[in-house]
Amino acid sequence: MSDERKIRILVAKPGLDGHDRGAKVIASAFRDAGFEVIYTGLHQTPEMIVAAAVQEDVDVVAMSVLSGAHMTLFPRVKKLLDEAGADQVLLTGGGIIPEDDVAELERRGIGRLFGPGTPTTTAIEYVNGWFAAQQTS
Amino acid sequence: MTAGRRAAGMVMTDAMADLLERFRDGQVPALARAISIVESERAGFQDLLHEVMARGPRAKRVGFTGPPGAGKSSLVAAAAATYRAAGEHIGVVAVDPTSPYSGGALLGDRIRMNDLATDAGIFIRSMATRGSLGGLATTTKEVADLMDGFGFDRLLVETVGVGQTELEITAAADTVVVVLVPESGDAIQAMKAGLMEIADVFVVNKADRPGSARLVKELRQALHLRAGSALKDIPAHHGVDLARIAKKEARNAAPPVSPADWAVPVLTTNALTQDGVPELLEAIDQHLTWLEHGGQLDVRRRDRARVRVRDVVARELSREAWKSEEVTAALDLGVDRISKGEETPYSVARGILASLLR
Repeated sequence: MSDERKIRILVAKPGLDGHDRGAKVIASAFRDAGFEVIYTGLHQTPEMIVAAAVQEDVDVVAMSVLSGAHMTLFPRVKKLLDEAGADQVLLTGGGIIPEDDVAELERRGIGRLFGPGTPTTTAIEYVNGWFAAQQTS
Repeated sequence: MTAGRRAAGMVMTDAMADLLERFRDGQVPALARAISIVESERAGFQDLLHEVMARGPRAKRVGFTGPPGAGKSSLVAAAAATYRAAGEHIGVVAVDPTSPYSGGALLGDRIRMNDLATDAGIFIRSMATRGSLGGLATTTKEVADLMDGFGFDRLLVETVGVGQTELEITAAADTVVVVLVPESGDAIQAMKAGLMEIADVFVVNKADRPGSARLVKELRQALHLRAGSALKDIPAHHGVDLARIAKKEARNAAPPVSPADWAVPVLTTNALTQDGVPELLEAIDQHLTWLEHGGQLDVRRRDRARVRVRDVVARELSREAWKSEEVTAALDLGVDRISKGEETPYSVARGILASLLR
């Protein structure tokens, strides 16, 4: 039991948009994939998200952003994570995010971002793959 | 101390020594990482605990338990906010269940604690039970010890939503608060066994809902029943005051419960409006004072230490036993012989034990 390292993942819903269906769907899918999912609910500030990520010692932070504020929120959380010494944490997520912005955010050190209609298995495979690569490196 | 450490065969790796240094320096990420190491029982976790626990328990430990949805997280949040306002540093451990099917878990206790999320004087950690059945995770007690060693003044430990027999919280807390709601059922449920016996303080939360006064009354009567004064809260009826008759009988009967005993209070709260929360915290403090003055705190800590040593020995013995290839081979062979009807599980186990104790 102790040899199997659990993936701990924070599912966060930053900002003021109240649409958390997607966050709940992906949180449940991650749970069913065997992850330990910390879900903090709606209306999180970047500071709250990073404080939770540090205290919970998560491997991954997954943010759901539907408000159009992704170009602000993702870099802000990434910066705060780095400042908190949690630069090893994978910051990923999903939402209504144009492809150009996805590419730009990836250039800035954010992980993959998934759009509407992505099968949950795709996100799970991505996290599992990233985690396995971390373990061997 | 150094000699003792060497005698116990404990050697720190550089990474662990570095972590310990940052831990002692009060760095929050170091505490978070130390918890992960202990929670996953990664190599060296016992050495880490040994170092951190060297100065002994100091923090006040309050446990919150009760059925799912009773409002444990909300009460913990309300309590933590009040303690913070008084300047205390607070550690919170909140446990939620692991799915036995997927091994995953959805840890949602932080949702109720969002107001505290960015307060540097509070540290919240969610734990999944990972197969443990007592209402806590296997290593929740150890995680509480880490937080204690980090220097928090008070620890709030919240169990998963429990039924009747998940009572492990008593091993993790000095004061156990049992949180019920009017929908929890009548006091007979609480009288059966278990929860009733571990409560130091009862709280009926969501007390604005119908049925709360009735549950409070039933709980008080059930508690008096246990304390031998069952008829205290029952008014005279049919012209007969049962309480007076009972008092008369009591003079010839067993001696009353000594005043040195703790009288379990039954309180009402509404965690959302904070109604009753100050009274709850007052009762918790009174219980802690009673523990300290009556010598009970020492008794509880000694009990905890005894259980811990037994746990560690049992776990290590088992780990050692199954480490050897000889033993696992004996097990495989034994299973073959059992399936052929040549041996029973008991004879195989006896053989393995004999070879281990040789």
